[in-house]
Amino acid sequence: MGMTMSQKILAAHAGVAFVKAGDLINCRLDMVLANDITAPPAIAAFEKIGKPVFDKDRISLIPDHFTPNKDIKSAGLAKIVRDFARKHHITHYYEVGRVGIEHVLLPEQGIVAPGMLTIGADSHTCTYGALGGFSTGVGSTDLGAAMATGEAWFKVPDAIKVELTGEKAEDITGKDVMLTLIGMIGVDGALYQSLEFTGPGVASLSMTDRFTIANMAIEAGAKNGIFPVDEQTAAYEKGRISHPYTVYKADPDASYSRVVSIDLSQIRPVVAFPHLPGNTKAVGTFGDIEIDQVVIGSCTNGRLEDLRIAADILKGHKVHPRVRCIIIPGSQQVYQDAMHAGYIDTFIEAGAAVSTPTCGPCLGGYMGILAAGERCVSTTNRNFRGRMGHVDSEVYLAGPQVAAASAILGKIAEPKEVR
Amino acid sequence: MILEGNVWRYGDNIDTDVIIPARYLNSFDPKELASHCMVDIDESFAPNVQDGDIMVGGRNFGCGSSREHAPVAIKASGVPVVIAASFARIFYRNAINVGLPVLEIGDAVERIHGKDRLRVDIASGTIVNETTGDTFQAPPLPGFIQDIAKAGGLIEYVKGK
Repeated sequence: MGMTMSQKILAAHAGVAFVKAGDLINCRLDMVLANDITAPPAIAAFEKIGKPVFDKDRISLIPDHFTPNKDIKSAGLAKIVRDFARKHHITHYYEVGRVGIEHVLLPEQGIVAPGMLTIGADSHTCTYGALGGFSTGVGSTDLGAAMATGEAWFKVPDAIKVELTGEKAEDITGKDVMLTLIGMIGVDGALYQSLEFTGPGVASLSMTDRFTIANMAIEAGAKNGIFPVDEQTAAYEKGRISHPYTVYKADPDASYSRVVSIDLSQIRPVVAFPHLPGNTKAVGTFGDIEIDQVVIGSCTNGRLEDLRIAADILKGHKVHPRVRCIIIPGSQQVYQDAMHAGYIDTFIEAGAAVSTPTCGPCLGGYMGILAAGERCVSTTNRNFRGRMGHVDSEVYLAGPQVAAASAILGKIAEPKEVR
Repeated sequence: MILEGNVWRYGDNIDTDVIIPARYLNSFDPKELASHCMVDIDESFAPNVQDGDIMVGGRNFGCGSSREHAPVAIKASGVPVVIAASFARIFYRNAINVGLPVLEIGDAVERIHGKDRLRVDIASGTIVNETTGDTFQAPPLPGFIQDIAKAGGLIEYVKGK
């Protein structure tokens, strides 16, 4: 019996030739990550152990959730992270003005790469599977211990093989693909397992699509989501990483718990209704749903391609008078590239607010909190009760094309309705 | 260790955003987190939970955000164990790491109701519903995860190595 791609990466980092689902193993870590919410408790745990950091180059501390500091307590958390980063000479610490949303920033800066084993005290750490690495979310205590030891334990996961065929139609994004998959298998459909994406359809997915898809693996309960390394991955990495990286491939006789087939040509623009990411419905199959706010950004959809899609739709239009449209580039690089491409002008002329990178509204932190009874179309990743504000507000998850069209019409809409 | 307590019963897919909403994550003080625990779905929990009460959920308990603040908030509320049909994996890991035992009993959880009184043997995974007389068996924690639990969490375990 062979190994899945995820199992191969885990075996290599455990220093063993073979692992199988269910094995408990100890692995050496290539990168460990925390943010301004999860790092302070991780630092407290680390300090209880009383050892030095295992490698100052393999720890990333990214203050992105409540920064620029949203209140006095948040400023205190950011300060704990800053002081720790200075004291231990952490290489990958980014201050406001240079920081981006962690899962946009780390791939962009070449801090994570194919074949790497990464843990992060943030559930969307699974994003880096888009690059062909094994990455997964953990809590602060795991992270604190990892900062001292450079190791973590894993239960080797079984895997669901997601076989992709066909090509996406126009106006379909990676978000539509992933929300459709979560709708098919459920929010715990991949619990404790890997989602391994494969098949001829992979080649037609851009790196942005892959980041979005891998990012939301956790929304299906998965431990990680992972894509094969191909020419697009190599092209993406060119100029970002100078060191050689290892390309892992699933064995032909790898065992999977289940195979799910998706014909990309059949995917429609979808939204996930409150209050679960698996409540997926195709746009056009339900009546008018008026909205109060649109958020475009986040670790799921805050990359340049996402902003290009939104700008193409918003260009020459105005945001509906009843709607607040908030657009948040995922990093300073994305922000600047979007500015040079004219997207930021388009957004401001349309009447949208554009913000410095932050996770803020996605988790109901700040920069776009919802009042009771308000509805938001958001390109973020979770629509749990109260996620973006009042417990009686509603979040509809969508791709950037649906979000932009909805901002113009003031109700959930698809791009063809505004062209 | 044998625990006895009354049940706070919740449903499927209890996410960490409802266990402790992000608006309270500007603190990681356990007592402060506990004072907001479950507030968005059950305002009566935080003011009324008694030391030793047991939280019982359905499928995929603790899904969503990796925030360790969630098991910390539950533990600081005085709840010594969480029982569910299944747990989201990051929550499961975090709970063990912070010294909050978790027991997974699948569909048998349907036979536990709010306000039932349970007796739980953490080491063996045996649960007795004293209200109904039912007995359930959770699988024991595997391998060295039991050692982490016995040490009282990951930090004590790593320090002892």
